Amino acid sequence: MSKQMTGARMVIQALKDQGVEVVFGYPGGAVLPIYDEIFQQNDIRHVLVRHEQGAVHMAEGYARSTGKPGVALVTSGPGATNAVTGLTDALMDSIPIVVLTGQVPTFMIGTDGFQEADTVGITRPCTKMNWLVKDTAKLAETIHQAFHVATHGRPGPVLIDIPKDVQFATADYVPAEKAKIGHYQPRTEGDPDQIARLVEMMENAERPILYTGGGVINSGPRASALLRELAAETGFPVTSTLMGLGSYPASGKNWLGMLGMHGLYEANLAMHGCDLMINIGARFDDRITGRVKDFSPRSKKAHIDIDPSSINKVIHVDVPIVGDVTRVLEELLRQWRARGSRTEKAGLAKWWKQIDEWRAVRCLNYKPSASTIKPQYALERLEALTKGMDRYITTEVGQHQMWAAQFLGFEDPNRWMTSGGLGTMGYGLPASIGVQIAHPEALVINVAGEASWLMNMQEMGTAMQFRAPVKQFILNNERLGMVRQWQELLHGERYSSSWSESLPDFVKLAEAFGCKGIKVDHPKDLDDAILEMIRYDGPVIFDCLVEKHENCFPMIPSGKPHNEMLLSADAEAFRSGAVLV
Amino acid sequence: MSALNIKKGSTSHSAYDLRSALSEVEESHTLAVIVENEPGVLARVIGLFSGRGYNIDSLTVAEVDHTGHRSRITVVTRGTPAVIDQIEAQLSRMVPVYAVHDLTAEGPSVQRELALVKVQGRGEHRIEALRLAEIFRANVVDSTLESFVFEMTGTPDKIDAFAELMRPLGLAEIARTGVAALSRGI
Ligand SMILES: Cc1ncc(C[n+]2csc(CCOP(=O)(O)OP(=O)(O)O)c2C)c(N)n1
Ligand SMILES: [Mg+2]
Repeated sequence: MSKQMTGARMVIQALKDQGVEVVFGYPGGAVLPIYDEIFQQNDIRHVLVRHEQGAVHMAEGYARSTGKPGVALVTSGPGATNAVTGLTDALMDSIPIVVLTGQVPTFMIGTDGFQEADTVGITRPCTKMNWLVKDTAKLAETIHQAFHVATHGRPGPVLIDIPKDVQFATADYVPAEKAKIGHYQPRTEGDPDQIARLVEMMENAERPILYTGGGVINSGPRASALLRELAAETGFPVTSTLMGLGSYPASGKNWLGMLGMHGLYEANLAMHGCDLMINIGARFDDRITGRVKDFSPRSKKAHIDIDPSSINKVIHVDVPIVGDVTRVLEELLRQWRARGSRTEKAGLAKWWKQIDEWRAVRCLNYKPSASTIKPQYALERLEALTKGMDRYITTEVGQHQMWAAQFLGFEDPNRWMTSGGLGTMGYGLPASIGVQIAHPEALVINVAGEASWLMNMQEMGTAMQFRAPVKQFILNNERLGMVRQWQELLHGERYSSSWSESLPDFVKLAEAFGCKGIKVDHPKDLDDAILEMIRYDGPVIFDCLVEKHENCFPMIPSGKPHNEMLLSADAEAFRSGAVLV
Repeated sequence: MSALNIKKGSTSHSAYDLRSALSEVEESHTLAVIVENEPGVLARVIGLFSGRGYNIDSLTVAEVDHTGHRSRITVVTRGTPAVIDQIEAQLSRMVPVYAVHDLTAEGPSVQRELALVKVQGRGEHRIEALRLAEIFRANVVDSTLESFVFEMTGTPDKIDAFAELMRPLGLAEIARTGVAALSRGI
């Protein structure tokens, strides 16, 4: 027997049926009926944000750190348009989120009503799918379908636009198990014949590399476990994109570090010089490939991806395998083991010797300083003092983000949340709150640049209100550091608008929000300050004044191939001795 | 390079694979996209083409299965083999898309377009227009003393040829439906 209820109640009921525990949102006229329902129940927690962009990034942080879809609720018009950046971010990084927007009543749509915006029109290119629900009878089913779409196949953001009269009207509630989820059932099993071809290549490869990405993490913890088995049993080296960090442990024997524009020397040269590249859930992004024409010129390439459109989009591959990473790795390991777990041992040994020579370049070396805090040093100390803790890291976008990826070690998946594809400054603070709400007891740190951090700093209010003890670790170089670096290296040192003028006093700002502010500007005080931050039971704004003109190396200038990497001056000294492929 | 007339996936090592995906030569392909007939779906499909910089040379849409609420979109597009493959993959992964058929790659197909062609003129021109219309099997669907509206169906090339011939005879206006296409045989 079905139950009659209002559309607004249906929204809550459907979220409960989907196992949602928390919604990040902001009210307004067009969602008042839903907020009225939120008020009258206790199962779903509502986190009131300070800006709708914050709500969507929080939902992303929640999703990325739990593997469950994140949910945001915003009003029509400006509420919806403020959500656009977060939706695009989630689309680029394949993060499953469900965004509910209010809309003017159906009879008013198209009349330029107050706070009317063509939300489904605006968000069509930045959602995996979106729906305008004009009939209450279809609302519950659409919500169930939305969760299915967000979490199946390549995950991504979905949006449901709900006019106010649809929220008020009543209809029969369609429970999740009765809802038609449609025909959307992406393929998860890889083609066994293609997998067999890859197995054969693995047996003969002399210079193989596992190039892993965010897809391993999206596929779930089992995928990371299988990747570890694969690396351990084959002895193949492993590198990862920014999005995939943690799927293979940083302490692992086969770990080469991150690859790409600011990736490690050994990782990029191994990509360039390999004879077999196995791409597992990565997408040959331009920050990875550099100049496409010269990308890994002598390798056979296999690509495992759940999204068929990722295959051959940028780089033409020899072995395409469409499927879920977990399922494909299971089958790959099964076949390879069944044939005797063979690898080309002599070739591999030579390959590792080569890699060790590249490693000896120590590409992350930087010039230490006794008087100024180097950003790399700050991260090394943060790493040392938080190692082994139940730790989650988010970041903003810029140099600090790349240094965090280089200098922090991730042992497990879902511990590293960063805006990769879109590169959204202002992502890290709200994302850290989303993570903390999901993991109340954990240590959640947002590694930030001062400029990015200001973009969504209003969310400190959210952190205070909901007792999310997030640590805002700001590497303050008083510069739009990454922009400044490009201007220095590529635009004749003309520093056009790339410094942070009129910065607030971050300690006073912390006091104004009612949280703790810590400022440190000398290396000798750093450890104590970090420990104070970790121990403080509440949100902290940590203002770490660092070297203003430090550059992030290695760097492959965009459009250059992997073997034309710039190293820091220190690493440069070693360069002449290194073998360039 | 011309597309091979072998159904994709018809053998385990399909001859379709022989077409080099690395060729830089642009090909014209006709795609049939079967979609859920819901508001916004056409916009999503078209948005894909504009958003990713693909070409649309012709586009037709209509619901073809009223009970199943399915529409058939026929798109004629152009691109290198790699781009065509990418378009097909991008379309196939869309949530409201049931199926994508590359009619050009899958085998022989029938392609038809309907055009209404208005020709204005008197005397010799008028007679010549009628004579040519007969050769092209175009029907007169409207006439005044100084004009005809011809209706004709055919391949886009045939319609182009007819319009070209009508130009000196007083071609005034032309409306075309875009291509509808089906694969031949079963
Ligand atoms: C919303 C947004 N606007 C502009 C940019 C371009 N951008 C990339 S990094 C950067 C500077 C970031 O400065 P900061 O947050 O202080 O980090 P730093 O590089 O100094 O570590 C800018 C402006 C961006 N990524 N996102
Ligand atoms: Mg900065």
